[in-house]
Amino acid sequence: MKPLPPSREFDTSGAPHFSPDVTVQRVMRDVLLALTPGIAACAWYFGPGVLVQIILAILFALGFEALMLRARGQPLRLYLPDLSAVVTAILFALCLPPLAPWWIALTGMLFAIVIAKHLFGGLGHNVFNPAMVGYVVCLVSFPREMTAWLPPVSLADASIGIGETLRAIFTGAAPGGLGWDAVTQATPLDTLKTGVDHGQTVSEIRSAPIFGDFGGLGWEWIANWFALGGLWLMWRRVISWHVPVATLGSVIALGLVAYVVDPGSSPSPLQHVFSGALVLGAFFIATDPVTGCTSTIGRLWFGAGVGVITLAIRRWGGYPDGVAFAVLIMNMAAPLIDRFTRPRVYGEQVGRND
Amino acid sequence: MQRQAEAVERARLAGERIHHFHGGLRLRHNKKISCEVPLERVPLPARLFVPLLQHAGSDLANALVQPGQAVLKGEPIGAYEFPDRGFVHAPTSGTIVAIENGPIAHPGGQAGMRVVIEPDGLERWTTLSPCPNWPGADPQDLLETMRRAGLVGLGGAVFPTSTKVQGAGAAGVHTLILNGAECEPYISCDEMLMREQAGKVIAGARILRRAVGAERAIIAIEDQMGVVEQVLKKALAASDAEHVEVVRVTTIYPEGGERQLIQVLTGLEVPSGGLPQDLGLLVQNVGTAAAAADAVIEGKPLIERVVTVSGNGVKRPRNLVALFGTPISALIEQCGGYEDDVQRLVLGGPMMGYALPTDAAPVIKAANCILALTAKDIQAPQPEMPCIRCGECARVCPAVLLPQTLHWQASNGQWDDARDSGLMDCIECGCCDFVCPSHIPLLDWFRHGKGMVRKRAAEQAAADLARQRFEAREERLARIKQDRKDRIAAKKRQMSESSESKKKVAEALERARKAREARSGGDDKQ
Ligand code: SF4
Ligand code: SF4
Repeated sequence: MKPLPPSREFDTSGAPHFSPDVTVQRVMRDVLLALTPGIAACAWYFGPGVLVQIILAILFALGFEALMLRARGQPLRLYLPDLSAVVTAILFALCLPPLAPWWIALTGMLFAIVIAKHLFGGLGHNVFNPAMVGYVVCLVSFPREMTAWLPPVSLADASIGIGETLRAIFTGAAPGGLGWDAVTQATPLDTLKTGVDHGQTVSEIRSAPIFGDFGGLGWEWIANWFALGGLWLMWRRVISWHVPVATLGSVIALGLVAYVVDPGSSPSPLQHVFSGALVLGAFFIATDPVTGCTSTIGRLWFGAGVGVITLAIRRWGGYPDGVAFAVLIMNMAAPLIDRFTRPRVYGEQVGRND
Repeated sequence: MQRQAEAVERARLAGERIHHFHGGLRLRHNKKISCEVPLERVPLPARLFVPLLQHAGSDLANALVQPGQAVLKGEPIGAYEFPDRGFVHAPTSGTIVAIENGPIAHPGGQAGMRVVIEPDGLERWTTLSPCPNWPGADPQDLLETMRRAGLVGLGGAVFPTSTKVQGAGAAGVHTLILNGAECEPYISCDEMLMREQAGKVIAGARILRRAVGAERAIIAIEDQMGVVEQVLKKALAASDAEHVEVVRVTTIYPEGGERQLIQVLTGLEVPSGGLPQDLGLLVQNVGTAAAAADAVIEGKPLIERVVTVSGNGVKRPRNLVALFGTPISALIEQCGGYEDDVQRLVLGGPMMGYALPTDAAPVIKAANCILALTAKDIQAPQPEMPCIRCGECARVCPAVLLPQTLHWQASNGQWDDARDSGLMDCIECGCCDFVCPSHIPLLDWFRHGKGMVRKRAAEQAAADLARQRFEAREERLARIKQDRKDRIAAKKRQMSESSESKKKVAEALERARKAREARSGGDDKQ
């Protein structure tokens, strides 16, 4: 018989006893990585203003985030590095005209981080997509500044350097000593909308130089790079395919119907997909898990809703693009959708009648 | 009813085709490290500590022995209040030195009553009573033998086998499934058992099949178990067993779960709140089958089992045969002791197991695996973040639940809502917890929540019972009162009736008298 070995004590903890290396921070980091090619393309077509806006928005976002965490007595060290505020800031900044004045980013982030995020309870509790709240507030309050888009670099008379960019953003002085009207130009979606409203046909409008092969010049390539990042996120399983496919799918399907029925005033479905914020929205904004649906069927409905509402606003609404409004409206509908699309639990009988 | 009959028919095709279940995880399964050396027996330790609490519930066996008493190997030393639970047996011969409170490995608590035995080293068996001529034995006799042997499910649930088999048999079972898919990483006790004692497993399959009255038996193994398939098939060919098949299933966690395995083999779901027998199926662990063979063929009670000792925290991982009551520290010693960086000791697998506070706890019937994990394995506990509703948890949940919703309801104390959202269908596999980027301890919440729901249901039932009793008592009192009233009324009536009848009698007598007088007056001579 063997004498008993001495016993040993251990700390305990709940199961599971090992876990993979996933964290919120890692999820957000992947999102940031996926955004990089699109951001680079934006900066390529619209100049350094894009990057300045991003940096400004990030700084304001982190500032507000820290302030609110402190005010709510939350641990800064845990939440500040989760990168969720940075993602919000970048998504917001990507919707801004590159030379928008600095206080736009300030206002946007105030509404995004302070109101839409923290006053609703912070990370995970917000009902509305913070970036889109910030954007819509700015768009409604400062329509002039928010629509002062530059033409893509290749169409501009002269490229705008970093010095002039900074001066424009911080002092409001139009670059090159010209008036703002001389530098800015309507976006392709703007042009389409005003054109159609004035009775021109889409093919007439599309002969303008700001249009590219299927979308807006420059815009279409930016969309491609965002889509690439989005596909990578799908492959990494950070986002599921449901929302982007439903969003883009509904736009293409509906756009095609309109195009076939009324080609005069309806742009082709591809034009829809490759202009404005649709691709960015489909892959990066409507896929925000916090404010979207959680069930897979729910996600399909959510995406389809975003697509349909975007098209409706582009066609009949007061704004040339409708992605932001569509996302906010669907944010409101998300809890309801989730409720009606709860998956059937294992072993639960459908229409049990025995 | 029709639907169910149809499902039972479809379930007959179990194993023909391999199906999928929702979610699940492909985990690194780390089994090889404990399968490299053959099964080994743990040498008899100087003391055995046999817990009287062996089941998952809280029902304790009553000790049948006293300190100072000599016992034989296999002699019952504890009996449960419910006879169907069977017995706790002495794992070896020796002397009872104490019946005392001490560390046990039980999720519900860290301490419990243990019968302490000092082995005499002679291993003298008590008289064994096998079931004679078992291939033709009466199912009832088989069940009784298993009950006496203290047989319980060895896959982890430790439910009394005879009860389960009897219940299933009564409902009608066509196919017995032997679950050889353990699929939690690290655990390999079933694999080793099948590899080394295939004949016994097959004999057990035949016994269980006969006991439940099924036509077929399927032994389900994982596709990554290597030689096991050939070994089993060879043993099958060598035996005269008929209608026993070996089926390979893909290794995805948690397909060793009863309900998932059924889904994989049949494509059907066990109805919520129902049992496999609703599909005409019975699932038993292969270890249980081997133990059934021991009990029926040799008459040996359940006193030992195969335990996997594994993990990076132990020097020489392997599978051991250990008597119940052997302290876990003795198993670890047999495996060369701990590595220096060991951090956590787990009973069961890494996904669902319970962390043990001490290795003084003894091996029990439920102990399929002892896992010694290092700091590297478990990682520093990550701070919990709010749920970002990413839906990963729902994607992997094999019970097709929405864990984030359940967590929300649980953390708000909405137990009824959680129950309605399917909390009780959670199989506690831990998949959701494993993938959650916010490191929310979902599994802990759900285990706690299921306990809460059960407790509330029990309280509700108790309250209902009390109310029913109260109502019944009120009713009885009311009835008694009413009865008394009725009786009084009846008596009164009777009384008044009787006065009336007296009157009638008097009148009748009077009439008679008058008649008599009249007659006597008329005809006196009569
Ligand atoms: S995995 Fe975690 S963070 Fe994601 S939805 Fe589920 S509970 Fe929330
Ligand atoms: S522990 Fe429960 S809720 Fe989580 S994945 Fe497993 S069954 Fe689903």
